[in-house]
Amino acid sequence: MEVHRLPTPASAAERAAVDALLGPPPAEDGDGGPGRSERGRPQQAREERQLLLPALHAVQDAIGWISAGALGYVCERLRVPPAEAYGVAESYALLSTRERPPRVAHLCDDIVCRNAGADALAGEVARGLEGDEGATWEPSPCLGVCERAPAALLQVAGGEDRVITAADAPAVLAGLRGDGGAGEAPEAAASAPQTAEPRADGLRLLARAGLVDPASLEDYRAHGGYEALRVALERGPQWVIDELIASRLLGRGGAAFPAGRKWADVASADARPRYVVCNADESEPGTFKDRVLMEHDPFALIEAMTIAGVTTGAEHGYLYIRREYPLATARLEAAIARAEAAGLLGDDVLGSGLRFTIEIRRGAGAYICGEETALFNSIEGYRGEPRNKPPYPTQAGLFGKPTLVNNVETFANVPAIVLEGGAAFAATGTEGSAGTKLFCLAGSVVRPGVYEVPFGATLHELIALAGGVEGGGEPQAVLLGGAAGSFVTASQLDLPLTFEDARAAGVSLGSGAVTVFGESVDLADATRRIAAFFRDESCGQCVPCRIGTVRQEEALHRLAGANGNAGDEIAILGDVARAMTDASICGLGQTAGIAVQSAIDLGLLEREGSAP
Amino acid sequence: MVFGLGGGTSSYEEVEETELIVLWGSNARETHPIFFHHVLAGVRNGARLIVVDPRRTTTSEWADLWLGPDVGADIALANAVGREIIHAGLAHREFVERATAHFEAYRQSVEPYTLERAEAISGVPAEAIRELAHAYGSAGTAQLCWTLGITEHHNATDHVLALINLALLTGHIGRRGSGLNPLRGQNNVQGGGDMGAVPTRLPGFQDVEDDAARARFEAAWGVTVPPRDGWHLTEMFEAMERGELRALYVIGENPAQSEADVQRARRLLDGIDQLVVQDITLTKTAAMADVVLPAAAAWAETEGTVTNSERRVQRVRKALDPPGEARDDLDIVFALAERLGADWGAADAERVWDELRGLSALHGGMSYARLEELGGIQWPCADEQDPGSPFLHGRLWRDPLEGPRVPFHSVEHVPPVDELTEEYPIRLTTGRRLDSYNTGVQSADYGSPLRRPETLDISPEDGARLGVADGERVRVCSRRGELEAPVRYAEELRPGLAFMTLHFPDDVDTNRLTIEAWDPKSGTSEFKASAIRIEKIG
Repeated sequence: MEVHRLPTPASAAERAAVDALLGPPPAEDGDGGPGRSERGRPQQAREERQLLLPALHAVQDAIGWISAGALGYVCERLRVPPAEAYGVAESYALLSTRERPPRVAHLCDDIVCRNAGADALAGEVARGLEGDEGATWEPSPCLGVCERAPAALLQVAGGEDRVITAADAPAVLAGLRGDGGAGEAPEAAASAPQTAEPRADGLRLLARAGLVDPASLEDYRAHGGYEALRVALERGPQWVIDELIASRLLGRGGAAFPAGRKWADVASADARPRYVVCNADESEPGTFKDRVLMEHDPFALIEAMTIAGVTTGAEHGYLYIRREYPLATARLEAAIARAEAAGLLGDDVLGSGLRFTIEIRRGAGAYICGEETALFNSIEGYRGEPRNKPPYPTQAGLFGKPTLVNNVETFANVPAIVLEGGAAFAATGTEGSAGTKLFCLAGSVVRPGVYEVPFGATLHELIALAGGVEGGGEPQAVLLGGAAGSFVTASQLDLPLTFEDARAAGVSLGSGAVTVFGESVDLADATRRIAAFFRDESCGQCVPCRIGTVRQEEALHRLAGANGNAGDEIAILGDVARAMTDASICGLGQTAGIAVQSAIDLGLLEREGSAP
Repeated sequence: MVFGLGGGTSSYEEVEETELIVLWGSNARETHPIFFHHVLAGVRNGARLIVVDPRRTTTSEWADLWLGPDVGADIALANAVGREIIHAGLAHREFVERATAHFEAYRQSVEPYTLERAEAISGVPAEAIRELAHAYGSAGTAQLCWTLGITEHHNATDHVLALINLALLTGHIGRRGSGLNPLRGQNNVQGGGDMGAVPTRLPGFQDVEDDAARARFEAAWGVTVPPRDGWHLTEMFEAMERGELRALYVIGENPAQSEADVQRARRLLDGIDQLVVQDITLTKTAAMADVVLPAAAAWAETEGTVTNSERRVQRVRKALDPPGEARDDLDIVFALAERLGADWGAADAERVWDELRGLSALHGGMSYARLEELGGIQWPCADEQDPGSPFLHGRLWRDPLEGPRVPFHSVEHVPPVDELTEEYPIRLTTGRRLDSYNTGVQSADYGSPLRRPETLDISPEDGARLGVADGERVRVCSRRGELEAPVRYAEELRPGLAFMTLHFPDDVDTNRLTIEAWDPKSGTSEFKASAIRIEKIG
């Protein structure tokens, strides 16, 4: 492949960081000229391309930013044109193509953290960093630890990423200096209050959280772990798929697609190889349930992916996890290593003769990569831009091959379905929404955290579980489903939380985020933050979303300043939202106007006195 | 000429499905970038790509294997590949026996072309030639594609025959996924040939010297068609030299800059009685003309059709009125006929097309309505029920064989005419770059971030040996002429090989250097092989 070298050379440290991942560079052929015949490696180059993101991570991790020289060296090793690699690097918030200090605090200022003192925290951190050339801070979208807001992610060159929760300035500054101890390892109960003693009844997805040692395979097995894989291998793929269909399990990533059909489609696809992909790029603001599952019951996800592999005939799985989740990543890496060592992953899974391996891929700060086809592109070493569908992933997904892609929570349901059978699973919940659901209660509630309830519980009941609204009374509004979801008001709190009831009410459960806004919260500010989020996270591939998210944010700012006729701005917002919904390629653009529109429809922006 | 029809045998789609793609004498990455997208799709789908080119081109950097022969050594290489396929037992015996003729003569003719001898002639290691032979011989499907690296030689036709022999030997012809594809340089080169813009053919590749064919056209046109082959361009210049050709009507061609040995061409154009040039810009040739007929640009200002390298006829629609006095080529030709006393009626593109459909069996079923509906149709397309033909020569696989057997042609390696000597030690070859086209008539007015002025590209080793720095202006001399140009060190060239384009004839008149030695069968000059000397200036 033709690669034009960049003029700047890479430093020795940059080369070393890349070589540590890719191995030493091949020896140069000495003669200089082209000679008479040469062998190329276009096939290998395609395989190498998927190492682009890991290689960029390696440089970012070691050096703290990706210089032109380092980028050039990565391109030379992987034979990727520098312009393309730059386009990839540039598309991720946690990779920097501009020189910056080696220690960076990413301070969350998203919808939950901004009402938990994010602004004051940023001010104090900024003052504390005055005169420090070696450190800086940046605002960040949701870091997915909303139950312990405000949150900070520390990226330190040459060190591990770490997250600081319930952050104050001294802790952030200490973390940037390298003290403050190792990354925290919170109790499950701090994130999922139902797992505190006395444990709540009926926990299925959270059944082991807080009870098992997440580092111990033995402990996991002692709590029933890997029993489901044994049963799945014994009963065979068709049985597993039948039970999954009987369970009526719907995907928990937001689209609520029947999981059994997806598994069946991949298992019956003609092409090989096939892949299993776990979407752990949980980036919807206000959502953190997958993180809790991965941190406190990592083996369950590994086991479920393995069941998926042996059932669909895939031999390799990718677990794509956002870089903002260093603790979950570390625990999953350890779990994979232990499972491999115990013969539960590898060439002969549990003595079945079947092969299945799992590779973790870290995201790099891009909401769009949670969209399944953008996620494939990200793994393949391209910009995280969604693909047109069809073809659907089950036909042509990762590397153009049949791919089973499920969300973490979806996978987490699988072992129980295999052990109890589909019918027993479907006995919980409602006709249209079988099983239990994890909801992320955050914002103005007394005990924020992940709560597991059977489908059909009401918003009211959920908020009560979380100790009610802070300061008592009714919430001003609830944002259901994160930035891509919609606002509901106190009058709608009796809504049963099921896919079908939500659909009938014109809202969506989405990712399961339930962000509660008390009386004192400025909702116009929250909608502007949501608009800014989409403007920032739009991948820019399609016009309606690229332009629309900018226009939406601008109109909201004009609305706040009452600089224009409020009615005109509302009309513009409506037009823009309709264009984005109708014409965007993927869910990001299609949902980017929903929260704002629901806020307008419910009159939530009128408190500013600028709306009609 | 082997198969009776002049066109690529496969569809682009097949290039995306095939197991092996061989690009021989083609820098498709730069010169056929749209076709190359299909090649890349094929590579992405798992095809092996083998590139044969003296230069280590950007195309070759996408290849699994690149072979860099001496310029003009292709026949030796191809014959050795054929011999190796036979000796390795990879020939498709069944196909050879049922569908071809003269195999035995071919077998004997390639016998002297051992891998070692081919290495001695071409410079390519025997092992690489062997690998090409085995890849082509054992592939389930294979596409063999070529361009001007094969045809711009004094023995161009023999070059093409040497490649066709390989397809006959292996049965890589007439089946889906396998084929022979000369890539066309413009969107409608194929269409020009199809419409009879060649001196030996009437529209639809019907032989001018075939009485029955001629009679059909005479009946339709109500005139007598001259019963002899015409002259091709090179022969026209020879006729000018002899004083036999005294008037020339040039449509969309710029011979005053594009001909090999261009000083001679200009002298001859100057010497004729009447030169009429019809073109979209005032080309160098137009500037010499007695009459200039400004023409509309065919891709935006006219109605009609074009035919691409996969024989697909597609509609072209008029988007703009031509500027100033420029007129549609069709209008001009019709008006000219009128002045000459013939009434052809309205100059309507669809009318002309429908006349063609009545005369060319290849195009019979291609009404404008169907072309529109089907997004273009690949010839042959006999009638309005015929969906067209994705690939040609399927008859060769039918049982029993339909039509005549296809003959092998034994061809021998003959080195380029312009010999390398101590006085002229460096081989100059010419070609194109991605951002420009031929003499620049269609491309020079558009800016490109890739464009750089003309240079003499040489290997850094030659530069060092000659004491010539990168960027230094030098004098370049051939047996026909000389010019000055800046040197560019080119990594893709080996010592002894130099490269220039024809893109900027007003600045660097590359064709002062090239040789007009031409192939008697195709009329193509040997642009690919001149002998030059590089001199320091001052």
